[in-house]
Amino acid sequence: MSAVRLARACLAASRRPLPLARPLHTTAARSSDALFVHRDTPYNNPQIPFEFNAENLKRAQEIISHYPTQYKKAATIPLLDLGQRQNKGWTSISVMNYVAKLLDIPPMRVYEVATFYTMFNREPIGQHFVQVCTTTPCMLRGSTEILNTVCSHLGGIHPGDTTKDGKFTVVEVECQGACSNAPMFVVGDDFYEDLTPESSKKILDAFASGKKPKPGPQSGRQTSENSAGLTALTSKPPGPGEFCAEEFR
Amino acid sequence: MLPVRRAFSTSARRALATVQDAPPVRHYGGLKDQDRIFTNLYCRHDHGIKGAQARGDWHKTKEILLKGDNWIIQTMKDSGLRGRGGAGFPSGLKWSFMNKPGWENDKRPRYLVVNADEGEPGTCKDREIMRGDPHKLVEGCLVAGRAMNATAAYIYIRGEFYQEAAHVEQAIQEAYKAGLLGKNACGSGYAFDVYVHRGAGAYICGEETALIESLEGKQGKPRLKPPFPADVGLFGCPSTVANVETVAVAPTICRRGSAWFAGFGRERNQGTKLYCVSGHVNNPAVVEEEMSIPLRELLEKHCGGIRGGWDNLLGIIPGGSSVPVLPIKACGEVLMDYDSLKDAGSGLGTGAVIVMDKSTDIVAAIARLSHFYKHESCGQCTPCREGTTWLMRTMDRLVVGRAHHREIDMLLELTKQIEGRTICALGDAAAWPVQGLMRHFRPEVEARIDKFRAEHGPVLFGGQLKSEVDFSLAVPDNLGGSLVDAPKQTRV
Amino acid sequence: MLRLSSSSSRRLLNAASSVVRTVESRGFATTGARRADITLTVDGKEVTVPQGSALIQACEAAGASIPRFCYHDRLAIAGNCRMCLVEVQRSPKPVASCAMPAMPGSVVFTNTPLVHEAREGVMEFLLANHPLDCPICDQGGECDLQDQSMRYGSDRTRFHEIAGKRAVEDKNLGPLVKTSMNRCIQCTRCVRFANEVAGVEDLGTSGRGNDMQIGMYVEKTLASELSGNIVDLCPVGALTSKPYAFHARPWELKKTESVDVLDAVGSNIRVDSRGVQVMRVQPRVNDDVNEEWISDKTRYAYDGLRFQRLTVPLIRQGDRFVSATWEDALNAVAQGLQASGAKGDEIKAVAGALADTESLVALKDFINRLGSDNLTTDQPRGDEPPVHGVDIRSNYLFNSTIPALDKADAILLVGTNPRHEAAVLNSRIRRNWLNTQMEVGLIGEQIDAIYRYDHIGTDLKAVDQFVAGKGAFAEKFKAAKNPLIIVGSAVAEHADGAAVFKALSTFVQKNKDRLLTPEWNGFSVLQREASRTAAYDIGFVPSTKSKGVKAKFVYLLNADNITPDSIPENAFVVYQGHHGDAGAELADVCLPGAAYTEKGSTWVNTEGRAQHGRAAVPPPGASREDWKIIRAVSEVAGVTLPYDSILTLRDRMWEIAPSTVKYDETEPTTLDISAAGLASMAGLSAGKASGVPFRKPITNFYQTDPISRASVTMAQCTRSFVDQANIADDAKLAAAQTA
Repeated sequence: MSAVRLARACLAASRRPLPLARPLHTTAARSSDALFVHRDTPYNNPQIPFEFNAENLKRAQEIISHYPTQYKKAATIPLLDLGQRQNKGWTSISVMNYVAKLLDIPPMRVYEVATFYTMFNREPIGQHFVQVCTTTPCMLRGSTEILNTVCSHLGGIHPGDTTKDGKFTVVEVECQGACSNAPMFVVGDDFYEDLTPESSKKILDAFASGKKPKPGPQSGRQTSENSAGLTALTSKPPGPGEFCAEEFR
Repeated sequence: MLPVRRAFSTSARRALATVQDAPPVRHYGGLKDQDRIFTNLYCRHDHGIKGAQARGDWHKTKEILLKGDNWIIQTMKDSGLRGRGGAGFPSGLKWSFMNKPGWENDKRPRYLVVNADEGEPGTCKDREIMRGDPHKLVEGCLVAGRAMNATAAYIYIRGEFYQEAAHVEQAIQEAYKAGLLGKNACGSGYAFDVYVHRGAGAYICGEETALIESLEGKQGKPRLKPPFPADVGLFGCPSTVANVETVAVAPTICRRGSAWFAGFGRERNQGTKLYCVSGHVNNPAVVEEEMSIPLRELLEKHCGGIRGGWDNLLGIIPGGSSVPVLPIKACGEVLMDYDSLKDAGSGLGTGAVIVMDKSTDIVAAIARLSHFYKHESCGQCTPCREGTTWLMRTMDRLVVGRAHHREIDMLLELTKQIEGRTICALGDAAAWPVQGLMRHFRPEVEARIDKFRAEHGPVLFGGQLKSEVDFSLAVPDNLGGSLVDAPKQTRV
Repeated sequence: MLRLSSSSSRRLLNAASSVVRTVESRGFATTGARRADITLTVDGKEVTVPQGSALIQACEAAGASIPRFCYHDRLAIAGNCRMCLVEVQRSPKPVASCAMPAMPGSVVFTNTPLVHEAREGVMEFLLANHPLDCPICDQGGECDLQDQSMRYGSDRTRFHEIAGKRAVEDKNLGPLVKTSMNRCIQCTRCVRFANEVAGVEDLGTSGRGNDMQIGMYVEKTLASELSGNIVDLCPVGALTSKPYAFHARPWELKKTESVDVLDAVGSNIRVDSRGVQVMRVQPRVNDDVNEEWISDKTRYAYDGLRFQRLTVPLIRQGDRFVSATWEDALNAVAQGLQASGAKGDEIKAVAGALADTESLVALKDFINRLGSDNLTTDQPRGDEPPVHGVDIRSNYLFNSTIPALDKADAILLVGTNPRHEAAVLNSRIRRNWLNTQMEVGLIGEQIDAIYRYDHIGTDLKAVDQFVAGKGAFAEKFKAAKNPLIIVGSAVAEHADGAAVFKALSTFVQKNKDRLLTPEWNGFSVLQREASRTAAYDIGFVPSTKSKGVKAKFVYLLNADNITPDSIPENAFVVYQGHHGDAGAELADVCLPGAAYTEKGSTWVNTEGRAQHGRAAVPPPGASREDWKIIRAVSEVAGVTLPYDSILTLRDRMWEIAPSTVKYDETEPTTLDISAAGLASMAGLSAGKASGVPFRKPITNFYQTDPISRASVTMAQCTRSFVDQANIADDAKLAAAQTA
């Protein structure tokens, strides 16, 4: 339990119960936010070996080549991401140490990066990582309902939890940048947009049965156009040189 | 309508002011399809190189490059393009900072960094560019890079945009294959590389120096300025950070001419702009429109109007979460451009319009934004690190009204203590929504406090109920518990 | 008009440029070129500062005090506390003065309502999550936050949030630094110190926003010999001293300015005492020596002053010591001398590392008066004349001086590990390495350095190779403008010592144009023991003829690194010193002396800089100042020394070696004399190479002398940082307990 949560628990215990039903702290802490120190556990300790497989090592070398040689460090984030993908979606201490070794930088510099960015999960996650956006634009379009639906549909878990079968992890995330298609959630790398409680359930069910539903808006529109019919870009796009200045025709 | 220029003062000097002297009132909006730059915004066409070339991308890019840096920068200046990432700094001027006298003697590499870390709540325009028109962005990198004599461009795409990054990556590969990038880009003799760098989830990396830090493989904590990136930026080299939209419109402006672009929108707010509309409209959408289009027209023409009609409107955040909310009265009047929104006490920001109708719990909506800023604060400097959390906690209490009347003013003071005291603009961004809320919806907040007090009895500073506190113990200042029930603050 | 010293401005230039550099990898070279001065107005006062100064320095120069937490003169600029906000004309927002370069002609206000309001705002935020535990906080009374809240804080808080204050778990940084992370205000001074100065890049900030923590993410201790400095740097009570915890309040302490003797750097210290007890040791600023850092041994070994002390004279009876009066003890010495029948060089004196200059002079005079030249030191080969000779100072001094380390652009280390032999000096090498393209090469046993180095070899062969110009590092060294050779004191104790000195001095002679110029002396010997330079200065070395003479009377002055077999059987042994350590065990009579905190004495550091040590507390029990003891012994031995006061003794020092009483300055050796010194070494007969590798003379940094060996804190450090086996054991134990 994180120190903050612990303190809060103590506080709650020492006070008389609040007459309010609604907790003051509305967002559950994300699993990755929970603790900013590492504790050795049987599943996460420096003794567990990790290194890139041949394919990823090649990819890593290619990524490193994008940056000036004396700034190899710049590859920290892409390599951690690569490591996380290879390590079942989470970044263990071994992944961090390996990246530090590969880039020849002190491990602490990698730990700093891994704890700063929210996309690095420092605890194991389920097979499908469901990230429900609940920031204001999504909230206005009913993301609270989506979150509740997702949680209850997965057996009454709480944001930050993994289902018992290890198939789903649900977290609340901040704005994912698909606001005109709100509400939305992300499963793995794919955005599922224009959700309703029904379509959310359908998507989760599909994932549970091993299928991969089509990403994108679930309301029938293609991207972020007006769903009642195009109000712009109805005509054929101009071709090369059309409407251009004389010299660029 | 806004006052029609300042022609009055000049015409007043004339002996006889006549009606025909007043310039014709121009109506903005109603951009034609042929004038839209992002022709594949909705991904109806091929986003690959064939489709892009069919839509006019990469057409005579070599000729643009051969025109040279000064010509491109002058074209940008003439076009009146202002940065589309939120701050609205004139782009031509910004790019010209890279070409200080004697820059040729500086042997360091020079970088263009494209900011595709689109994370401002409400904003989803760069995503559509990268999905539908990635070649416009890549070509824009080349043109903008040429203008600032950069050696390479890094496109920093937020980590969540996996598919978008794939599209851009594909476009880059295609461009390299077609000889449009690389040692001899477009056959112009100019060497230029473009790389994609994916982030990993941090809103603060949208700040230019934080983005540079992040690109260097560190925590995304904004740097102190000076030195500015144009002097010491990415990898210690001269760099310029520009928004996706800014970069992507550059080739089209060059081809169609600055006058064409400057013909849209009001003076100093020229051009076309992508607007992202979200929230309580019938059909939320991303659309390219003329600058200075009236807000109401934008919503009604492209988004099917407010849910339940215009009168059902409560307020609009016109430029992404960082700008203050506008009440309905202002919403009916403003034009969607930098100056008009600034005059109305808000800002254009990224052009992300968040609409809230009367069903909205406005306090909860703003409190949610406070959560967002608390979550995204990098923690480097004191006012933001401590202030955002404090704001969030107080806003959480105000949502249910569990607060003391005096805490509203305290909250406003806190926002003033954050605003303008931080290293980057995130502090301001966290403060403004709360200020906007109190400016326009204070009675709503006060009503909640009153309601809560009516149900639960007096509330002390900090949110404890008076009935819960044992006053025989030492309670500093009685936490406001002994105050005669605070007089209602009248709206200022 | 006021002026800032240009050295501080140069620091700022370096610091400012390092903001944009990665700390761990070295950045591009920055020029330390002197820049023009600029003039600006602060609070209506015109002030001139060197270009590149920070605004905060300009304000200080104008006499306006600026509150700050994150800014520190000797660290990179972070600009994150926002306490130093000032108003600058034509700037819409208040400006962080630490991060803003002073611009010519700018008009600055440090005392306006806007500035006050801004600082008060920042202070309120800092205090919002800071626990109100000043009464139980060790920083109380010397806390920046406490002090500045008196000026900028409100008398009451507005932070009553029901959710409470932030709680952060404490970190275990080892036996020296105590953490109380709730108090942390995230100024990152400690992080910057660890990364820039100490060179342990384990400390950082994990997490973000309000949950950002200072720490190491994984559980480990801060393994640096400079770690105690972060306690001084911490502006609040988050990092406090573990050994000193809850022992005293700063206002109870008597502060005595003194000098450290646990290595040969001569760090300037302040001894804080209460009554007769030394409570703690703090650094004192001296830009030429230790800047404002001290090593952990300097800072924390003081508890060794309380244990194992000799407090009364002791006389051996059989296999035990019996306490005696001074009179009996002195008579016993005189009788022992007589009974041993020692004549001439059979009377031997051995001086240890902690002998002060005054007692060395007195002992030398005393032994000389008894007709002996057998003056030795307790180092290996200490009973032979040192190979480099002592006639010319430049042969055994750190000639380049410590500040010049910042200018060197190539450093060759021979048989030395500066990290353990001179930890503070070592941090300068790191700083130079970090900020410039300076290269370091090492001949000798591999070391765990805080900079990267080229390892050339381990023995004499490598020296010969280097001198012959072979190898990559030799090439770099050739290209350097200010090359520097640092020879460890252990080289002179090595079988091949003469050969090394011969080879290197020949090399220096050949490359005189770069290594020995009026501006630059690139040949330095790094001493590791506080008394050694003084011993050489006054000629406390054996004569050639005394070598090999079997001693019948041995006088040990603080000689605790001595091996028992170096003392002949049946010799009468007197030990004078302050600890019952190795030397005392061998003695027939023990005379209790004073430790460095208990006497006013002179110490000469490795550069040849004489400095005053001052008495902070009285010597315990019956112990006395050392020179007085020798004076008394001389009297009972019938060769009364001619000085009765410390001043007349110092007159005598002036006669022998004037440099030992020219306090606080280094006396550079002239070019001609240095050249003569090199010539004398170049003429050494080398003998056959032994081929034995050069070993590090110090294996355990924390326990090198009787004081640190008696220190409990140092023993804990040894357990935590040195004995790897213990660490493994502890880990196993912990694992067993959790399982």
